[in-house]
Amino acid sequence: MFRFLPALLFVLFSGAAMAEVADVYEFDSVDEEMRFQNLAEELRCPKCQNQNIADSAAPISKDMRAEVYRMMRGGASNEEIVSALEARFGEFIRYKPKVEKRTILLWATPAIAVIGGLLVVAGVVVRSRRGSSQAPALTAEEKARVEKILAENDQDKSA
Amino acid sequence: MKRFLLFLPLLVALILGVVLFAGIGKDPTKLESALIGKPVPAFNLADLHDPDVKLDQGLLKGKVQLLNVWGTWCPSCRDEHGDLMWLAREKGVSIIGLNYKDDRADALVWLDRLGDPYQTTIYDPKGTLGFDMGVYGAPETFVIDASGVVRYRHVGVVNEKVWEETLLPVINDARENG
Repeated sequence: MFRFLPALLFVLFSGAAMAEVADVYEFDSVDEEMRFQNLAEELRCPKCQNQNIADSAAPISKDMRAEVYRMMRGGASNEEIVSALEARFGEFIRYKPKVEKRTILLWATPAIAVIGGLLVVAGVVVRSRRGSSQAPALTAEEKARVEKILAENDQDKSA
Repeated sequence: MKRFLLFLPLLVALILGVVLFAGIGKDPTKLESALIGKPVPAFNLADLHDPDVKLDQGLLKGKVQLLNVWGTWCPSCRDEHGDLMWLAREKGVSIIGLNYKDDRADALVWLDRLGDPYQTTIYDPKGTLGFDMGVYGAPETFVIDASGVVRYRHVGVVNEKVWEETLLPVINDARENG
C-alpha cells in the first residue's frame, strides 16, 4: 500500500497545481475564448520566466490573465493589450519581440543560418564537380621531376 | 583561405565563450523596470494606518524617496526589514512603504513588532498599484526622484551592500539632477 503513496501524492498535488492555473472566465463565444488563450500563451510570466502566463501558477500570472480578460472585455485589440502589459513589465513579456533595430539579428538569424548552410552546400558541390571533371594537369617542370624520381627509383631497385 | 577555414570552429567557440561568459553571474530573474524615466502611475489607495486617509501619486513627489514593496507573507521582506530601519534611522532616508497584497491587521502587527521605517505606507491589498508598477514579487525597491519619476528599481532584498553600491549612487544622481 505504502509503495504507491508517493505516486498518489504526486497525482493529488499535480491536480491541485492544475486547478490553480485554470481560473474561471466566462466567454461569449469559442472564438473569444480562443483569443484569450492565444494571448495568454504569447505572454511570458515575468516571475517564472520560462512559462507563459497561461501555464504559470504564479500570482503575477493570475493578475496578468485577469488584466488580459478585463481589457479584452473592454474591447481592446490584441496589440493594445500586449502593449499595456509591456508598459508595466517591459519587453521581456513578449515571446515574440517587435521587429526593430535591436532585435533584427534575432529575427534574421534563421534566414542567415539557412543562407549560410546553402552557401556551404553549394561550395561543396561546386568543388567536388570541379575535382572530378578536370584532373589536375602537371606542368612541364613537374613532369620532369616525376620522371626523374621514377628513374631513380628504378635504379635503386636494380642496384 | 583553407587555413582560415580550419580555425573557423575555434573562432566560433571563442565568440560563443565570450558571449556566454558575459552572462555568468547575472541574475536572469532581475528584470529592468519598464517604468524607468516615467512617472509613478496614478493611484488612489488608503493609508495602511488609517483607512480614511486616501493617498495618491502626489505622495511620491517633492523629494528623492524610496518606495519599498513589502508584505507580511514575504520572508525576504522580513530579512530586509532591519536594513530598512537602519536606512531610515541612521541614514535619514525617506522610505514610502507599499504594503502589497497583504492583510491590514497582519501588516500593522508586523510594523508594531519590528518597527516602522516608513514615512507613510500605502495599503494595496489587491496589488493594483503593484501591478501598474510592474511588481512581480516582493521585496522590490524603487528610487523615485523629486518630480515623482522612477529612477531605478531594485528587485530583491536591500542591504548595506545594495545601499552602498547601487541605491546611494542613484539617489545622489537624482538629488543632483533633480
